[in-house]
Amino acid sequence: MTYISENYDVGIIGAGHAGIEAGLACARLGCKTAVFTINLDAVGNCPCNPSIGGTAKGILVREIDALGGEMAKTADECLLQMRMLNRGKGPAVQSLRGQIDRRKYSDIMKHKLELQKNLYLKQAEITDLEFSDGSWVLTTRTGATHKCKCVIIATGTYLSGKVFIGETSFESGPDGIFPSVFLGDSLKKLGLSLRRFKTGTPARVLRSSIDFSDLEEQPGDDDIVHFSFENGFLREGENKVMCHISWTNDKTKQVILDNIHRSPLYSGKIEGAGPRYCPSIEDKIVRFSDKPRHQLFIEPCGETTEEMYLQGMSSSLPEDVQLSFYKTIKGLENVQIMRTAYAIEYDCVDPVQMNNTLEFTDFPGLYGAGQFNGSSGYEEAAAQGLVAGINAALKVKGKPPFVLDRASSYIGTLIDDLVTKGCSDPYRMMTSRSEYRLILRQDNADARLTPLGYELGLISEERYNAFLNKQELKKQEMKRIRETVISPGDELNKILVSRETSPVSTGVHLAELIKRPQLSYEALKSVDVNRPTLDKAIFSEVETEIKYEGYINKQQAQIEQMRRLETKNLPFDIDYNSITGLRLEAIEKLNKVRPANLGQASRISGVSPADISVLIIWLSSGRGR
Amino acid sequence: MNDKTIAAIATAQGQGGVGIIRISGENAFDIADRVFTSTSGKRPHSMPGYTASFGHVCDENGNNLEAIMLVFKKPHSYTGEDVIEISCQGGVYVTKSILRAILDNGAYPAEAGEFTKRAFLNGKMDLLEAESVMNIISAKNKTALKAANSVLEGKLGKRLKSVKEDLLTVAAHLSAWADYPEDEIPAVNEDEIFTAVEKASNALQALIDECDRGRVLTEGIDTVIVGKPNVGKSTLMNMLSGSERSIVTDIPGTTRDIVEDTVNLGNYTLRLSDTAGIRFTDDIIEKIGVDKALDKINTGELILAVFDGSGKLSEEDKHLIDKISNYNCIAIINKSDLPQIIDREYISQKIQHIVYTSAISQEGADNLIAALDDIFSTGAFNPGEGILAGERQRNTALSALEALIEAKYSLQAGYTLDAVTVSIEFAIQELLALTGERATEEIVNKVFERFCVGK
Repeated sequence: MTYISENYDVGIIGAGHAGIEAGLACARLGCKTAVFTINLDAVGNCPCNPSIGGTAKGILVREIDALGGEMAKTADECLLQMRMLNRGKGPAVQSLRGQIDRRKYSDIMKHKLELQKNLYLKQAEITDLEFSDGSWVLTTRTGATHKCKCVIIATGTYLSGKVFIGETSFESGPDGIFPSVFLGDSLKKLGLSLRRFKTGTPARVLRSSIDFSDLEEQPGDDDIVHFSFENGFLREGENKVMCHISWTNDKTKQVILDNIHRSPLYSGKIEGAGPRYCPSIEDKIVRFSDKPRHQLFIEPCGETTEEMYLQGMSSSLPEDVQLSFYKTIKGLENVQIMRTAYAIEYDCVDPVQMNNTLEFTDFPGLYGAGQFNGSSGYEEAAAQGLVAGINAALKVKGKPPFVLDRASSYIGTLIDDLVTKGCSDPYRMMTSRSEYRLILRQDNADARLTPLGYELGLISEERYNAFLNKQELKKQEMKRIRETVISPGDELNKILVSRETSPVSTGVHLAELIKRPQLSYEALKSVDVNRPTLDKAIFSEVETEIKYEGYINKQQAQIEQMRRLETKNLPFDIDYNSITGLRLEAIEKLNKVRPANLGQASRISGVSPADISVLIIWLSSGRGR
Repeated sequence: MNDKTIAAIATAQGQGGVGIIRISGENAFDIADRVFTSTSGKRPHSMPGYTASFGHVCDENGNNLEAIMLVFKKPHSYTGEDVIEISCQGGVYVTKSILRAILDNGAYPAEAGEFTKRAFLNGKMDLLEAESVMNIISAKNKTALKAANSVLEGKLGKRLKSVKEDLLTVAAHLSAWADYPEDEIPAVNEDEIFTAVEKASNALQALIDECDRGRVLTEGIDTVIVGKPNVGKSTLMNMLSGSERSIVTDIPGTTRDIVEDTVNLGNYTLRLSDTAGIRFTDDIIEKIGVDKALDKINTGELILAVFDGSGKLSEEDKHLIDKISNYNCIAIINKSDLPQIIDREYISQKIQHIVYTSAISQEGADNLIAALDDIFSTGAFNPGEGILAGERQRNTALSALEALIEAKYSLQAGYTLDAVTVSIEFAIQELLALTGERATEEIVNKVFERFCVGK
């Protein structure tokens, strides 16, 4: 029996990292929004690592914040340890990673959803989705039907989830929560083509069973940069925990190889494609058999728990095998497993069925985000949730869509990759996926995106004014640095010589000095007498933009070139079969992806440069109009 | 898109032995059937592809012109469409008469490059091949043709393959280094990166050098003829170009403007500028000419300095010799048929290459070629080995090279590797554009601008 329940502007299936950002964005943009979750205690759950960020992912988090999302602020609130990764490798690849208290993260997020005006958080399993009488209708397991103008599917690993531990397997969501068992069939009935992906997580072990005495420590940074631009920028040590490093060895390898036949991955029980860039330990040992050892990180899961997470050691081997190989590792000789490592298989879609607003091309008003779209990772999910939420809200309001291109952000790159190239395994964000790394930095995410967030209505007046003030100070300082001439003298030359760079005999622009790789803004403090007192974040951003000016300009030129192809729009209703000269494979792919413009078309695998040339000729001969 | 059937004379116009008229498109067979009468009664629709038939074409005056018809069935033809080629006797009259008959029967005259455009659109060739064909069509001489042909054969792509792969390896390593800060990715060795980048930049430099050396052959040499009045410059130029281009008189100052002409000498194409004789003058018009001549000396690639072997070196001559001794320069001592009283010693101290010539006996052309070989060192240049053809390819290669030089600088200066990566990846993108593996609007426009896109 079903009954007619509330109507909503937007209905969101799932309250994980994607569902949260989607829900908050919709509600904040004035839409009556329902967020459905199978279990209210799993809102914003972190079923894998107890950390937010990482290479490239940390930049995503800052971008989410710059647009007015929530992930960064919540992570800052429950931060246990913060590190800026790749500190010595240059500004383009630096990214934050914070260890967080995962229960606290979940609680804070849940509370924020509860407090949010226009947002209704409901514990309910959605079992059916259909389009009828101009609305999307969501039906719950208990028979409530909700009419929604737009629906965002953010089902994570719950959709037809199945857990594998060695020979054992059972239907389940992550962390032993019920899976979503009916929705998959409903989506297939609707006409979405679903496929299986797989991911996995390591064991959680009891802190007191670990011998830390001989393990290498991994402390947080002394100077903490927070995820959120709102939380001040730099603060002295707030690291509450220590992480540790250990290594696998020959014995670990032997135990795993002796039991590899018991792995569901190798016996063929798991059909889903696993994440190439986050392999299980048995995968690493088999694929990189010449490597004598693999690194693992031991990370605390929170302040009020003794559970420890073994990063790098995910596995779907049987429980007894897990225990044996964990015990071969230094420090874990007497380890007590609290939660067994497992692999989980789930349904997701091929994201090329969507356009770059994350709306299904063939199903107006239906959006997808997160692992449902084939990505992996909390940050990737949150980024998509935010964009899907913004677009659903804009659609409800009858406003034009919000699209971020590759040159604007990692978020734009992520979505463009997904909807253009699709993915054959869970997609993880990496710095190498962006062509414009030196421009898409973690430190300037606000300059890139906050004006857009403000325009959308997700950034408060107060925050926007603070942002404008920061940009103005930055601009003034850039100007001052370019105009300041440092006169030659013993003090300056002492600095130059001590840093192994050539001394000067004439006056030299401060900017020119900063451009020397051996010199830093900090090193020149004593000769730069008129230096104003500014936030450290401004200094470091200014320093980067001056030091890397030439490279930044080079990337900017590439962006201009890219955007030229990007402005050549391809109508969605083109019948590519009718264009003479396109290769068969290209016709198929183009009909499937339906790219918005030539630039996007050029990134589709299977569409060759010759095909692009054909399209350019076709467009310029006036047929595109 | 290719709805019209097109036709054009496919061979060079002129007094050739054989002429070919090509028809391509849906109605090629119908049109051929109407204009061509086969002796054996064969008709194009019933003939298999790659077969020929002998017969004649009747022109508008009722003359029967002997011809052979070749049939190509789609997609097995140059354009990928149905194609008829009619071979006939060469010569303007016959080929034009047959083309006229074909056009009268429903074919449209093909635009420049249109057969190639159709070949490209029908998947018969890729972008780089199309570009090569366009280069071939516009090739100025045999060398340019050979260079364009070598690209068409994919030799350039093969030469660039290893450069590209080396750089991709470096870029991949740098990506892993950035993306897995905590994994045991082998540490990035800056010396190794430097070596790889240097290897790639050397290869590109060699390619560009070859192209520039080759350009002398493919594009011609900007050549300035200088000398004091009445030493026989105009006579020399006329000898080289084989036509009366400049006014030859015995009155000093006859050549007042810069006369441009192009001559082929051996493998070289010289773009000649005959300049006014350098002498001090009150004649306003001639003064302008002298100034222009001095300008030309500064911008030319080669200077032919002409002296009268039967006369003494004047102060003006010596002044000129001093001025040009730093340029690519050949001294031409003219009037070698007359008794020689010129100070050869003085000239040879300043100018390495001296060629004796006489406008009357035409001696010295071989010596001039030898001197050109020496100056432009094109001896080792083999246009069939896969070189850059055309300005677009050279510019793209140069842009890649500049990025690699920048990468080397960044490494040496001690910039962080993310900056180095920017330059290396930029170079890779340019190489991909160079080999046609990446389509940019620029390349498409450059390649197809000659196709009259949009018409």
